[in-house]
Amino acid sequence: MSLLNLHLKVWRQNGSQPGHFQDIEAPEIPDHASFLEMMDIVNERLISKGEDPVAFDHDCREGICGMCSMQINGVPHGPEKATTTCQLHMRKFRTGDTIWIEPFRASAFPILKDLMVDRTAFDRIQQAGGFVTVRTGAPQDANALPIGKEVADAAMDAAECIGCGACVAACKNASAMLFVSAKAGQLNSLPQGQPEKDRRTLGMVRQMDKEGFGNCTNQYECEAACPKGISVRWITKLNRDYAIASVKEAFGNTPKVAGGGD
Amino acid sequence: MFKMKTSHMSAVFDSLSRFYASSIGKKFLVALTGLVLIGFVFGHMIGNLLIFVGKDAINEYGHMLQTALHGGGVWIARLGLLAAVGIHIVATIQLTRANRAARKDAYGQHKAQVSSKASHTMIWSGLTLLAFIVYHLLHFTVHAGNDYGTYHTTLHGETVHDVYRMVIAGFSWAPASIFYIIAMLLLSTHLSHGFSSLFQTLGVSTDKTEPLFKKLGYAFAGLVLVGNCSIPIAILFFHYGR
Repeated sequence: MSLLNLHLKVWRQNGSQPGHFQDIEAPEIPDHASFLEMMDIVNERLISKGEDPVAFDHDCREGICGMCSMQINGVPHGPEKATTTCQLHMRKFRTGDTIWIEPFRASAFPILKDLMVDRTAFDRIQQAGGFVTVRTGAPQDANALPIGKEVADAAMDAAECIGCGACVAACKNASAMLFVSAKAGQLNSLPQGQPEKDRRTLGMVRQMDKEGFGNCTNQYECEAACPKGISVRWITKLNRDYAIASVKEAFGNTPKVAGGGD
Repeated sequence: MFKMKTSHMSAVFDSLSRFYASSIGKKFLVALTGLVLIGFVFGHMIGNLLIFVGKDAINEYGHMLQTALHGGGVWIARLGLLAAVGIHIVATIQLTRANRAARKDAYGQHKAQVSSKASHTMIWSGLTLLAFIVYHLLHFTVHAGNDYGTYHTTLHGETVHDVYRMVIAGFSWAPASIFYIIAMLLLSTHLSHGFSSLFQTLGVSTDKTEPLFKKLGYAFAGLVLVGNCSIPIAILFFHYGR
């Protein structure tokens, strides 16, 4: 094990008050620590000095919950491909490095404190159609509904999305298209998702627009930053599904709105 | 009966305006009008290259455009193109404004990993092209500040506009030629992102076709650059037709 001496530039902000970068020295960081463990060490030292620790989101610390965020040196979740911040290790950095640590920036993700942002906009998009309605009572046999291997695999690829918001953070327009397209596309691909396909697509896209996310300009920074490697082909599908649903709504009888819980 | 029909019509209109109001709807229209404009750029270039075939070839082509459908054809094309350009620009400006509003506070550090320079400057290459289009129309269509409109020649015993002489005269003036070349450089960067991008927005790209659309886009951008710039370069630097 070797120790790293790092210079951190950390964004400090309280709610909607203006924020600033704080220079924090982080000497003797073990290179086998994860990025979040490095933050823990930094915070312990701040607390022992009687200073305000850096607030950041985290939960499972094994790359599946989507809670950790942070823009590290200008890239969401840091420089490693398909890696969440919690799975990023300090051995990827060199002693003497300066590391910029910022929150995911988007108008739809207001900053709560320091590196923590409010991502409930994603929850509201999900509630606008990102579900399959099932009646209560006797469920049908699990294998009564055959699903093609390729369809099941594709739906699983979309279902990998952990809703962390890296796509929004990476996009120059703070667009949420990769997230929305993965969540809508997963269900729109499966037979269980067909009855509500059009209203799901319309509902989720409209909610996405209402939340104030930007528009996709097909630059695919989202795909490059996604810790789960979600493909931009899901965006292609969302564009297609949305156009079809809009035409059907204009000339047909699409059910009004998808209703979700509050 | 009549009432039912109007309510149905208004439902269609409502849906259309909702489609336009949405992010994807606007993008869809930008892609569709972009496709129309790509078709125009290609046709326009092929037509103009007739200048290298000879004086009569380009004059006959110009005469054909002016007289198609008893002179109505050119106006149908002009109005169609005006609508396409108008929608393309209004929608992209609205989208760009929404994009700016979606991130009010800039990052201290923001690294683009895969996107091209061209894709980051679409609004600027586009708006410069708008200025170019205005200049181009004043230069060769309205003949503002020049007497190109009075150039006439005889073709198959008929008096027609001398397009050939106009183009040679127009590009003999260095500042005009240089502005045309700069505009074509920007057009090619605009196309290098826009061409493949439109297929993604229209929802037709696949993992197999996306690389193909990308290559086609670069090839088309290069073709338009070389094809269109060849005319001012030939006239200004190699004295073609002078």
